[in-house]
Amino acid sequence: MQSVLLDHQKIEIILHRLCCELIEKYTDLNNTVLIGLQPRGTYFLDRLIKLLKNQYHIKDVQFGKLDLTFFRDDFRRTSKPIQANQNLMNVVIENRQVVLIDDVLFTGRSVRAALTAIENYGRPSTIELMVLINRRFSRHLPIKPDYIGAQMDALIGDKVKVSWIENDGKDVVYLQKRT
Amino acid sequence: MNNLSVSNLIGIKYLDKNDLNLIFQMATSFKEVINRPIKKVPSLRDFTIANLFFEDSTRTKLSFEIAEKRLSADLINFSISGSSIQKGESLLDTVNNILAMKVDMIVLRHPNPGAALYLTQKVDASVINAGDGTHEHPTQGLLDCYSLLEKFGSLKGKKIAIVGDITHSRVALSNVYALKKLGAEICLCSPKSLIPVNAQNLGVELSSNLLETLKWSDAVNMLRVQKERIDKTVIPDLRDYSLQYGLTKSLIEKLDKQIFILHPGPINRGIEITSEVADSDQAIILDQVENGVAVRMAVIYLLASKQKIVPNENYSS
Repeated sequence: MQSVLLDHQKIEIILHRLCCELIEKYTDLNNTVLIGLQPRGTYFLDRLIKLLKNQYHIKDVQFGKLDLTFFRDDFRRTSKPIQANQNLMNVVIENRQVVLIDDVLFTGRSVRAALTAIENYGRPSTIELMVLINRRFSRHLPIKPDYIGAQMDALIGDKVKVSWIENDGKDVVYLQKRT
Repeated sequence: MNNLSVSNLIGIKYLDKNDLNLIFQMATSFKEVINRPIKKVPSLRDFTIANLFFEDSTRTKLSFEIAEKRLSADLINFSISGSSIQKGESLLDTVNNILAMKVDMIVLRHPNPGAALYLTQKVDASVINAGDGTHEHPTQGLLDCYSLLEKFGSLKGKKIAIVGDITHSRVALSNVYALKKLGAEICLCSPKSLIPVNAQNLGVELSSNLLETLKWSDAVNMLRVQKERIDKTVIPDLRDYSLQYGLTKSLIEKLDKQIFILHPGPINRGIEITSEVADSDQAIILDQVENGVAVRMAVIYLLASKQKIVPNENYSS
């Protein structure tokens, strides 16, 4: 059973708000690096960059796309696909304010892997976390987001699926209930 | 296509095309990893690998070692000199002693064909064949194909020549199996005394004319003349061999196209290939070395992922 949590209009409003929150804190973002977590966080990142450039006239948004495959803590513990994604980190993060970008925060294990992976590229002055959907009460680790698109509570077995117009044909967030 | 169809890498013969594609896909990811500022990932930090080299090796051993270190595995190295093998210990006893030290994977180089396969029947650890006599050298075959794929995109219909000492080359057989699975056409070019009698059964072209073979080829893999395995009845005179089967600049200039040149190393400069050609832009020999690390990381990573961690109730928390 699937229900719509957020439609295109609500997602647009949230994206604008999150851009404004970044600008409110970092002004022109010239010392800030946005890092999308592969795979799904990068679609969210691309939309934020588009808005920041086109609507808020931030000329130079520095960003990277970080693959976590080899830093995951479930290697040799799960039968999930283990193929890696593209890793694009042609950006300096040393002494910069890094904002990790992901679509859904669930257990926090991907973010834990990201915190380890990012060490390979330097020592940022700060690391924050932005998520489109924060699934509360499901964390396995002491990790919480700094910027939140929307909060939601769902059972552990439920799935939250984020679709983006560029990849899936439309902007929508679904809640898929366990049957 | 989540993982390999095999639990050990004994030879390319036992892999299917999906396995090859998965290894190449993972190798591309690892090639990016080894070009990062910090070239190491923590995937195998709870994994121990024994490199057992019962035969001399420089680049294969170093390549495996660095691949293992890049994956954060613990490793132990064993070589025949100074070991108990010289006191008469058998291969199986040596390996069982090493396995008692809680080793998860064995990389084996051995002069006897079939040694790696034999081990898989006797031990639980994953086994990677790093060359067994004149049989197979699967990771070399994989890295040669990966290097060619980087240049051509696809090997379907590409014409690849393997030139030199086919009989004594484990690289040749692994290359033939891998290239055929990827759809390439193959020509083995060598003096008749250095082509195995059953080569016809491999489904490849055979030739003894180097210039004609080069004209036919899109890429050529020049094999090392294995002086240590060859007796005088097979190649009476190395200089004569070099004149007929050595790759020189003048031969390359006779071609109306550019072909890529591979060599598995170590190179006998001036015998199977001249320095001018080995160091030319057409040679992708150093690409092969770099790709060797990425391909070996991919193989180790994929085989390790098949060994699931079993929670141990006895350790104290």
